[in-house]
Amino acid sequence: MAERSFKKEVESLRLKAGDEFRGEAILAVTKALLQSGVNYVAGYQGAPISHLIDVLSDASDILDELGIRFEMSANEATAAATLAASVNYPLRGAVTFKTPVGANVASDALANLSSAGVTGGALIIVGEDYGEGSSIMQERTHPFAMKSQIWLLDPRPNLPSIVAAVEKGFELSEASNTPVMLELRIRACHVYGSFTVKDNRRPSFSLREAVDAPRRDVGRIALPPATYAQERHKIEQRWPAAIRFIEDNKLNEFFAGDIADIGLIVQGGLYNTVLRALQLRGLADAFGESRVPIYCLNVTYPLIDSEVVRFCADKKAVLIVEEGQPEFIEQAINTILRRANVAARCEGKGMLPMAGEYTGAVMVEGLSKFLAVHRPDLAPAPAAAAVNDNLAKAVALVAPNIHGRPPSFCTGCPERPIFAAMKLVERELGTHHVSCDIGCHLFSILPPFNIGSTTMGYGLGGAGAAALNVKDGKRAIAVIGDGGFWHNGLVSSIGNSVFNKSDNVHIIIDNGYAAATGGQDVLSSNADNPSRSTRHPIERAVRGLGVDWVRTINRTYDLARMRDALKEALTTRVRGPKVIVARSECMLNRQRREKPLFAKSVREGRRMVRDRFGVDHDTCTGDHSCIRLSGCPSLTVAPNPDPLRREPVTKVIDSCVGCGLCGEVAHAAVLCPSFYRASIVHNPSRWERFRDRLRGAVIAFLQQRLEPASAAGARHD
Amino acid sequence: MTEVRPITVAILAMGGEGGGVLADWLVHAGEHADYVAQTTSVPGVAQRTGATIYYLELFPREAARRAGKAPVLALMPVPGDTDLVIASELMEAGRAIQRGLVTPGRTTLVASTHRVYSMQEKTALADGRVDAEALLQGCRLAARRFIGFDMIALAEKNHSVISAVLLGAIAGANALPFARADFEDAIRASDVSVETSLAAFAESFAAAQGTSVESRPSARQQRESAALAALRARVRELPGEDARAIVLAGLDRAWDYQDAAYAEDYFQRLTPFIGLAGNDSGELLAEVARQLALGMTYEDTIRVAELKIRGSRFERVRREVRVRPDQILKIAEFMHPRIEEIADTLPAALGRWLMRPHWVNALVRRLTARGRVVTTTSLPGFLQLYAVASLKRWRRGTLRFHNETTFLDTWLATVLEAAHVDAGLALRVAGLRNVVKGYGETHERGLAKYATILAAMRENGWRRHSGAEIDRLIEAANADESGAALDTAIATLTPEPVRAAS
Repeated sequence: MAERSFKKEVESLRLKAGDEFRGEAILAVTKALLQSGVNYVAGYQGAPISHLIDVLSDASDILDELGIRFEMSANEATAAATLAASVNYPLRGAVTFKTPVGANVASDALANLSSAGVTGGALIIVGEDYGEGSSIMQERTHPFAMKSQIWLLDPRPNLPSIVAAVEKGFELSEASNTPVMLELRIRACHVYGSFTVKDNRRPSFSLREAVDAPRRDVGRIALPPATYAQERHKIEQRWPAAIRFIEDNKLNEFFAGDIADIGLIVQGGLYNTVLRALQLRGLADAFGESRVPIYCLNVTYPLIDSEVVRFCADKKAVLIVEEGQPEFIEQAINTILRRANVAARCEGKGMLPMAGEYTGAVMVEGLSKFLAVHRPDLAPAPAAAAVNDNLAKAVALVAPNIHGRPPSFCTGCPERPIFAAMKLVERELGTHHVSCDIGCHLFSILPPFNIGSTTMGYGLGGAGAAALNVKDGKRAIAVIGDGGFWHNGLVSSIGNSVFNKSDNVHIIIDNGYAAATGGQDVLSSNADNPSRSTRHPIERAVRGLGVDWVRTINRTYDLARMRDALKEALTTRVRGPKVIVARSECMLNRQRREKPLFAKSVREGRRMVRDRFGVDHDTCTGDHSCIRLSGCPSLTVAPNPDPLRREPVTKVIDSCVGCGLCGEVAHAAVLCPSFYRASIVHNPSRWERFRDRLRGAVIAFLQQRLEPASAAGARHD
Repeated sequence: MTEVRPITVAILAMGGEGGGVLADWLVHAGEHADYVAQTTSVPGVAQRTGATIYYLELFPREAARRAGKAPVLALMPVPGDTDLVIASELMEAGRAIQRGLVTPGRTTLVASTHRVYSMQEKTALADGRVDAEALLQGCRLAARRFIGFDMIALAEKNHSVISAVLLGAIAGANALPFARADFEDAIRASDVSVETSLAAFAESFAAAQGTSVESRPSARQQRESAALAALRARVRELPGEDARAIVLAGLDRAWDYQDAAYAEDYFQRLTPFIGLAGNDSGELLAEVARQLALGMTYEDTIRVAELKIRGSRFERVRREVRVRPDQILKIAEFMHPRIEEIADTLPAALGRWLMRPHWVNALVRRLTARGRVVTTTSLPGFLQLYAVASLKRWRRGTLRFHNETTFLDTWLATVLEAAHVDAGLALRVAGLRNVVKGYGETHERGLAKYATILAAMRENGWRRHSGAEIDRLIEAANADESGAALDTAIATLTPEPVRAAS
């Protein structure tokens, strides 16, 4: 199950017409799907659209009532292929994933789908993971829409606009027989706001009707000669139909302004940032009243030539605000204007940066440049935040004292000991090439582990090491998570290794969830999930592919076993891929599950034991080896209480969950005797308490013999 | 065009700290106070302990009603246009300043002044912590108003979380135009740990109304011991206040480590440095005294065993892990005595014999291949360590004692030798001992680095080197575990003109 429960959010899916929905935009999208009479939803989780999938996973009652099929797809290609149901039947379907990575995986299915064209509305909801907080390479989804002729919606980032985009998206898809993409940026997905809801709608044509009376049309299958006809159909029929629909329904918005000789052409998703920049320049107010005319592209592909021409006709210059690269929209508008002989100067990437997120600061600067060139008469920026000596001094003071703080393994994470073991093996056998995958385990590339050289995509850890096979040479190590393994690593990494007689070592990290995306279940999850089939062991799958050398370690915290298995895999004479399945439950999810249960048991008076670790500062020498082999957030440093020592000592803070790795590290690396495990017994029995008192008395007597009261001076406590 | 503008709020926090909860509370408080509230964030993978920013805008609903329109609110802060910045930790507050979010003309900065150390700070071989004072000073300079105190301490005191304390500070400082009840209502509505959150909120509210920056706990106190009176009297005549304090602490430590004679021994070894020419400030004496005290109280198995089973230590653990009187505490120690440590604890001759390759050696090696977990709160575990601690009276005969004594004597002689060249140089040579620390392999690596640096110094003759050069070598020694950085640093020492000519 997902790492948090979405019961409360699920309730908001039941709101009735006229009620006010309050919540995150991605949940508003979920509600909008139900209002649109969707037949089926599929997707692959990933920030920033995970919540859509998580909420639907918890909403099986509502889905059943409405007759909606919901699939947690194996990967994005599966999700996109699911839309095939809308090719021949008037079924409305929606799929979701993060992009552009998801679109990369899905593009085969997307291309087939868009070539065939659709009968029922097909909506692809993509979370554009770009800019600050992104976890992937910086690219755009835009060209996927262009290359396959999929229409691309980019609505203004407020809930009513986003909800309308979902509803209109289905209609546009049906009107033009074309799949439609709805692009939402990270912040837009997470924005909290409100909108007035409509009732949920049962689909007018059901899935049952479709399967009971199957239809086929060879013209809708992507195989020559139909493909040639399909391409012509796209251009001759579907495109004009889309243009008509977009114009008639006014999907793009025009905001008039009194400074009529210039204008801004803005991607819908950037509208709020543009408006704030105008506001800071005194050219707009908080309600969106702008003195500079704005043409807001809620549909960024296709562009509507007539609208562009109309907006630009009487202007001397327009600024195109288009995030990311290449600048497809700017190029297209230039073409449109030249073809129509409109003289307006088309500014864009010359004023705004080619690469990087369009933050508030970037937007203010770009707008100022544009105004300086084309309307220098408009007052320069008000002296906001005048240069201030104190500020400069403050920045100079803090700058050298700030370190990057990238994400890392959580407290008690079971993946940490795997990399600690790799560090230990490195000491004995030297360094090996390590190919990484996508998932929490990729944090190994950062300090303190500094392990891993490349990552080639989800499930491709093993594939990334494929070339690095040398007979009797050092073996390359490939790391992959259970998420990546089931996404496609099973075939792309492990199957490929078997087939090509690779000698490499594969570490499959099985923490029971697709943890990095929010803790969703996968095939090998241990959870008892009523709506999915789980508990399919990875070892069985791997053996089924033909791997003979497999070791499953059921407790990754057993550092010595982990280290020994790795050493064996790197040195054994057995040929073929060596696979280590390292299993321990994701600590974040485990704590979410167990912590409340523990507290409840304690309240009920049951005997419960909580472990946590600690460090004795008087035997800690401040060398911090333990931290370099662990990196646990609850393992930190503290000022040395010893007046003679200066280096900070290691300290375990109360967030410790008692996973035991620091003790294991101290043992396996022979570090120091400073670590202790404190077991706190809640609600001990009377007998236990009696024995403890007795034992305590004996120990106290001996302790007094050991340190006669007067003997020692200072106690370094 | 309306002049009304939204209130802009940025929250800088680390994943898992409850920045999202705080944002939700502020939204709730805002709505309770009749504001339109919008919040957004970029959690993504940053939720796994990374730095992350939450951003809120609040707009008076009354103004929207009058205009009959909804406000257009931004999804990210613009530098110079943030009214309230909230940081859950001091370095994050610094990050807000660096990003231009905090400006003297506009911004109220509410930040906890405690530190959550970065990976870079934590993994340093010695002391990698940044200058917290500079960060604090930056906060005071950059913000229009700075409300800062140790909020995590306040949270822990109330068994609560930092977000509740931050909310209390925001409310107490009147950083937002909401009433106290608006904030408290938000906590109640969230329906999780309401009582503890409200308690933390209330205390923080009061703190924010009263103080600016809470003072930190002051220096430690030295405890008196009558038995050391005679030696102490002599120490009080020494030059330099620092030196006196350190020698006193050293005496205590030596006594605590072994016995009164050992403390006297300590003082004896220091005497050549008392009244040394060119050392009137006592700076060298202080450093030698500090290093000698640490060197003489090396952590052998006897010391470790004793420290582990002391009553005062049991008490400390109870405090640290917060055991309540109705609970039982069990303490298990993670120890890994190797054959080296066993030999060290034996009489010198026997220890040397054990370390030679023969079947006993092989057997002991095999028996000590794995670490041990000893439960010191159980009788068998306690007695094991008690027995080891009881070997203290024979410590002077052990192999380790012999080795350490030789090492320290040589080191003292070297410092003295350097002192005759230059006081600053001697100070660095004295500090060089600190390169040797830790246990097992760490200790051995330290010894090797120490020897390498000293050899390099001697090879070129003391006079050719400056204190700064030794500092550089020590820094290099602390840069990595392998000693690669040190080798590079030594290779780039001032070239030898004599050799270059030959």
